[in-house]
Amino acid sequence: MSPLMRATDKKKAGTATRTAFINARLVDPATDRDEPGGLLVVEGEIADLGPHLRRNAPEDAEVIDCKGHVLAPGLIDMQVFTGEPGAEHRETLKTASLAAAAGGVTTIVVMPDTNPVIDQVALVDFIQRRARDNAVVRVHTMAALTKGLEGKEITEIGLLKRAGAIAFTNGKNSVADTKVMYNALLYAKDFGALIVHHTEDPYLSQGACMNAGHVAARLGLPGVPKAAETIILDRDIRLVEITGGRYHAAAISCRESLDIIRTAKAAKLPVTCGVSINHVTLNENDIGPYRTFFKLRPPLRAEEDRAALVQGIASGDIDVIVSSHDPQDADVKRRPFAEAADGAIGLETLLSAALRLHHTEGVSLTVLLRAMTSNPAKLLGLPTGRLEKGAPADLVLFDLNQPWVVDREALRSRSKNSPFDESKMQGRILLTMVAGDIVYQYPEPPRV
Amino acid sequence: MTSAEPIAESISFPHRHLLTCENLTAGEITALLDLADKAAEINRQVNKKRDVLRGRTLINLFFEASTRTQSSFELAGKRLGADVMNMNVSTSSVQKGETLIDTAMTLNAMRPDIIVVRHYAAGAVELLAQKVDCSVINAGDGAHQHPTQALLDALTIRRAKGRIEGLTVAICGDILHSRVARSNIHVLNTLGARVRLVAPSTLLPAEPERFGVEVYTDMWKGLEGADIIMMLRLQRERMQGSLVPSVREYFHFFGLDHEKLARAKPDALVMHPGPMNRGVEIASTIADHSRSLIREQVEMGVAVRMAVLEALARNLPNS
Repeated sequence: MSPLMRATDKKKAGTATRTAFINARLVDPATDRDEPGGLLVVEGEIADLGPHLRRNAPEDAEVIDCKGHVLAPGLIDMQVFTGEPGAEHRETLKTASLAAAAGGVTTIVVMPDTNPVIDQVALVDFIQRRARDNAVVRVHTMAALTKGLEGKEITEIGLLKRAGAIAFTNGKNSVADTKVMYNALLYAKDFGALIVHHTEDPYLSQGACMNAGHVAARLGLPGVPKAAETIILDRDIRLVEITGGRYHAAAISCRESLDIIRTAKAAKLPVTCGVSINHVTLNENDIGPYRTFFKLRPPLRAEEDRAALVQGIASGDIDVIVSSHDPQDADVKRRPFAEAADGAIGLETLLSAALRLHHTEGVSLTVLLRAMTSNPAKLLGLPTGRLEKGAPADLVLFDLNQPWVVDREALRSRSKNSPFDESKMQGRILLTMVAGDIVYQYPEPPRV
Repeated sequence: MTSAEPIAESISFPHRHLLTCENLTAGEITALLDLADKAAEINRQVNKKRDVLRGRTLINLFFEASTRTQSSFELAGKRLGADVMNMNVSTSSVQKGETLIDTAMTLNAMRPDIIVVRHYAAGAVELLAQKVDCSVINAGDGAHQHPTQALLDALTIRRAKGRIEGLTVAICGDILHSRVARSNIHVLNTLGARVRLVAPSTLLPAEPERFGVEVYTDMWKGLEGADIIMMLRLQRERMQGSLVPSVREYFHFFGLDHEKLARAKPDALVMHPGPMNRGVEIASTIADHSRSLIREQVEMGVAVRMAVLEALARNLPNS
């Protein structure tokens, strides 16, 4: 039985559970709330919250003493790759959801880069059914923007959206054909569909495997210039200008891209952007001696780019932080750098890694969480991502300061390609709740 | 037995060619429709023959395949007594590399009185008209104009509804590539109808509002309260590529089915210039419905072309 069903089942059985979080630090970016208080969950929804519940809990409620730790909306991760269908040995919806729960992520948006590609109504339905039956967090799927992700023919955006596709993306590839992208934006607009685009010129980046620059030069590796990203991003924004289509740059990697986004926003275009957690916490120097867990797309850039992206989060110009969770097994990672697969897992470490920006770079907790809760919720039209009466009880309780060391073997993801292996983290997830059900707890309760 | 009588006594139509609807006034259009009404009566008689075009030569020059328009012009010409010649372009010198202008000069040397031209390139008919001494009728040039189609549509509407002024006409489908839409927009607007365009944005031209129409990308809304629904043909090649994802999706959102038809007025009528793709832009049962004017359109096609031929013939030299 899916944990997501439990609260509903209890409701049907007439034994609705009430869970009271007391003694919490309530942080809700949607309403700029950051105050001591409590929160009451009834039948999977937030029934009440505020300072008046700090020490008060209804008698029949199950009480969770937060001990002053942060209670916030569960995170929404807009960019998660899994191996289901087609590469279940890397990750299934179930294992991804377990990793998400352990990371305080209550909603994951899975990408259509699977085998087969999610480009048909029946496949959107497949993901939804598999997630409903197996996943412990909420799962939404983006559908392919073009058939087979080939960048040639647009998919049935209207019917796919109706079937539940939450946005449209060409996955790990940019649509190279400008006319196709133009038509896609135009067509998607009629249906109010959001296009999430990976921005990388396929010609300029062909054969390259890391950031172009001195580090690549020294390592003797072919580099991807930042222009590969800015050329496509610039092009896309020109197209948004004439089509009016809603556009989200999936994950930018450099300062120049941030400048383009700022200009587009200043012009009131329907443009937003995301950044992967890796690109705000790591840089190209982390690759060190050809460590392939740091081989990513877009590649890790220079320190000044990383710093600029952090400023972009602080200023709100970057709307969303994603884990860009991309499970790859040893077979494809233990290879010479240029031949190794791109990607890193990140669901379970997303929040702890993000807290680095709070602890060491002065990004406020509210601003940081906003990029992982209410902002993605707003973009995707989700009712979650906020602490509000009547909102679904998707919550994360975390200790802002507790130190821990990442051990990739202990991570729940089926693949272990974490760039944060052996990293020291400050901030630990204590509890994750989805629709009123506890899907993760630390320390884990003893199994019966 | 033929009658030397013209279809009507007099008509004000001061044009040498019919290349576009854009230069036609409401008065001229109405005069042509009145004339065509009379021609429609003649066409329903046993003796359909008149000889107002006796001695005249009409050349049908079609660079693009056509069944109904070409046969419609051929019949119209013959019923008015003209000698009609159909130029088969696939076996003509055009296939041997002759330019359009050379073809025009060659035909001109044969001294025709009227040439009816269809060409795949917008503007080609006008170019040809500049090079010949006779009258030229545009039977469709690229995505530009198809004046006789718009006139026959207007005639069909007027006969079915008794008027055009004040009616709401929704033109639905591939507006971007449609010469029928461009011609109809002008004629219907000139005659006082309210014109709506209904299409996905990928099948709309740039700045469609500037045609003086209302634009809808949601067909359910676009058909709300419509008197006339004019469906356009979606060409097969548009379905592969980035304009429209599939027949299934197109029919779902932009095909005329009974559910969408129910949004229009209860007495709304359905038109289609043909040839139809059943199950792509129009449900089969609607195409054959009593509310469909599709066969009426074909009948009025001959009548309108007779009217146009007669109106132009009056302005020919030596008449």
